[in-house]
Amino acid sequence: MSLKEKLLSSYLAFEDHLEVDSPIHDLRTQAIKNFEDLGFPTKKQEAWKYTSLKTLLKPDYSIFPKKENTLELKDVKKYFLHDVDTYKIVFVDGVYSSFLSETTHDGMDVCLLSSALSKDKYKPVIEAYYNKVAQESSLTSLNTAFAKEGAYIYIPKHTEVEKPIEIINFATGNEAAMLLQPRNLVVVEENAHVQIIERHQSLSDNAVFTNSVTEIFAEKRAFVDYYKIQNDRISASLIDHTHIKQERDSICKVHTFSFGGKLIRNNLNFYQHGERCDSVLNGITILEGKQHVDHNTLVHHIAPNCESHQDYKGIFDDNSTGVFNGKVYVEKEAQKLDAFQQNNNILISDKATINSKPQLEIFADDVKCSHGCTIGQLDEDALFYLRSRGIAKKEARALLMYAFANNVLEGVKIPELKRRINKLIANKIGVNLGFNL
Amino acid sequence: MLHIKNLHASVEEKDILKGIDLEVNPGEVHAIMGPNGSGKSTLAAVVAGKEEFEITDGDVMLEGEDISELDPEERAHKGIFLSFQYPVEIPGVTVTNFIKTAINETRKAKGQEDMPAGEMLKKIKEKADLLEIDRKFLSRSLNEGFSGGEKKRNEIFQMAMMEPKLAILDETDSGLDIDALKIVANGVNKLKSDDNAVIVITHYQRLLDYIVPDFVHVLMDGKIVKSGPKELAYQLEEKGYDWIKEELV
Repeated sequence: MSLKEKLLSSYLAFEDHLEVDSPIHDLRTQAIKNFEDLGFPTKKQEAWKYTSLKTLLKPDYSIFPKKENTLELKDVKKYFLHDVDTYKIVFVDGVYSSFLSETTHDGMDVCLLSSALSKDKYKPVIEAYYNKVAQESSLTSLNTAFAKEGAYIYIPKHTEVEKPIEIINFATGNEAAMLLQPRNLVVVEENAHVQIIERHQSLSDNAVFTNSVTEIFAEKRAFVDYYKIQNDRISASLIDHTHIKQERDSICKVHTFSFGGKLIRNNLNFYQHGERCDSVLNGITILEGKQHVDHNTLVHHIAPNCESHQDYKGIFDDNSTGVFNGKVYVEKEAQKLDAFQQNNNILISDKATINSKPQLEIFADDVKCSHGCTIGQLDEDALFYLRSRGIAKKEARALLMYAFANNVLEGVKIPELKRRINKLIANKIGVNLGFNL
Repeated sequence: MLHIKNLHASVEEKDILKGIDLEVNPGEVHAIMGPNGSGKSTLAAVVAGKEEFEITDGDVMLEGEDISELDPEERAHKGIFLSFQYPVEIPGVTVTNFIKTAINETRKAKGQEDMPAGEMLKKIKEKADLLEIDRKFLSRSLNEGFSGGEKKRNEIFQMAMMEPKLAILDETDSGLDIDALKIVANGVNKLKSDDNAVIVITHYQRLLDYIVPDFVHVLMDGKIVKSGPKELAYQLEEKGYDWIKEELV
């Protein structure tokens, strides 16, 4: 039985436990039909030209864990920002772990999507926002059909959330192969501020396939700073869909750090609905072995006087492959736009590959748009400069790679997180840089 | 200290150095002058170990040891320092962190422990003062957005920190105004001792008013065609290089 067939039959069993007389159920019915019609994407589709899901779809994934699995805090503590106080929404094999989490309803809601979907008091928010910006692609639909659990974050007007919120999805590996489909909803009301860190972490060498969907709504003057830490094991793959709708004067930033995992596909879509929105898309990708990361971004400019900035840096070693497919779409009404898109890559090995495709589609006539892409090697003159100061070749290369990625790191506004990412980069490059980053 | 014998070097099969002989002893300052494209910077790069140049003949000996097969970092560990004509920008790595890395990597190569943090700070402060470098400058990214003068001053600061046996200053005077030139030259002079040596590569005699050479060598078409005392620099300043060409004919 193919994974698609298995999913379709599992859905019927899943549906037996659902309340069928609800708007959410209507969405599911529509979504599973959509998935059935479209199936998994293939390389024949332009948007998936460089990313094949063939190998990923082979294992016999469990759609739901057979039993509830628990984790000891000491075993997973290192995956949290444990030195700073944070809210935490933690899932173990897709099931909420109240033991590892730290949620709140004090002046805001940092809790579970399952409660938000089932309790009456959340109904107005769910009706206004749930599944309102997610696209009807096959994989998003698949997630919508099965969506059961995830983070629910609601920040009311004028609220500045003082602690970062961590969303962590652990996979225990108690199943031979596990499919996870987290679903997050983030609503940030007028002039509210929030910082969110999202992480997917497998704890074994068993296969994990995560098909994640996150919807983010930034109302006027809202500020959202979102960090994706993708440093999973080589047995884990992630297809992420993050859809962000911005109202006027809002600022949304998504920083994606892709260092680990087998196959990662980031579908990151911004929709600017109000004037003077600012969207920032930053990424550092450092790959080795046979890792594959595909960044597929869209910034859809609908209103005038907006800005968007994309800056993706990639370092590819061994047989790793990268894809950058970034699109800036400018509607006729989106005048006085300032859009910038940059993708720079360094290929360390002769066998590494990057496919970079920056695209602009502009229908307005008074805009400032630029894009660029570079693919190169480490600068030999720079390497000689460092080595002539007594720094060994390996460290000198690391220092240059670090310097290459640095401006993207500057955007990380949580100091402890920045320190951790610095460390991850140093580990990934395989050196001790000789000073505290 | 440095013994260069019949040195030939090429890049992409093009001969640049065509038989250089040079002997530099401890305590000496040598100036190398010459027209553009004569091979001055190549000589500096070859001594420092730049891999794109191939040594096709001859020897480069440091304190009796052939260093021509060593990596650039190994030469640095043995006390060779090159002040670059065009220092490279390294965003995200501060001047302080860079010099700490350089010093501790060198110590590590010699089997020594890292320099204690207190000692390092003291030394950084002392050498920054010597070169009249502002503290704020030390926490900026290495060479990023530095003016020409700041870059050169930073090179000499690194030299002061590394305390090399042999320093090669490749056109350190270019891009410096007279005040900066005096500061840099003063720094170099203060670092000078009977145990170390300096090779100054320059187009102009101006720098040599402040860093006074014991010997001046004229490099033309990959060879040292004339050597003399410091007065030779004045002659070159006044008359250019054509008279030497004529002498050779």
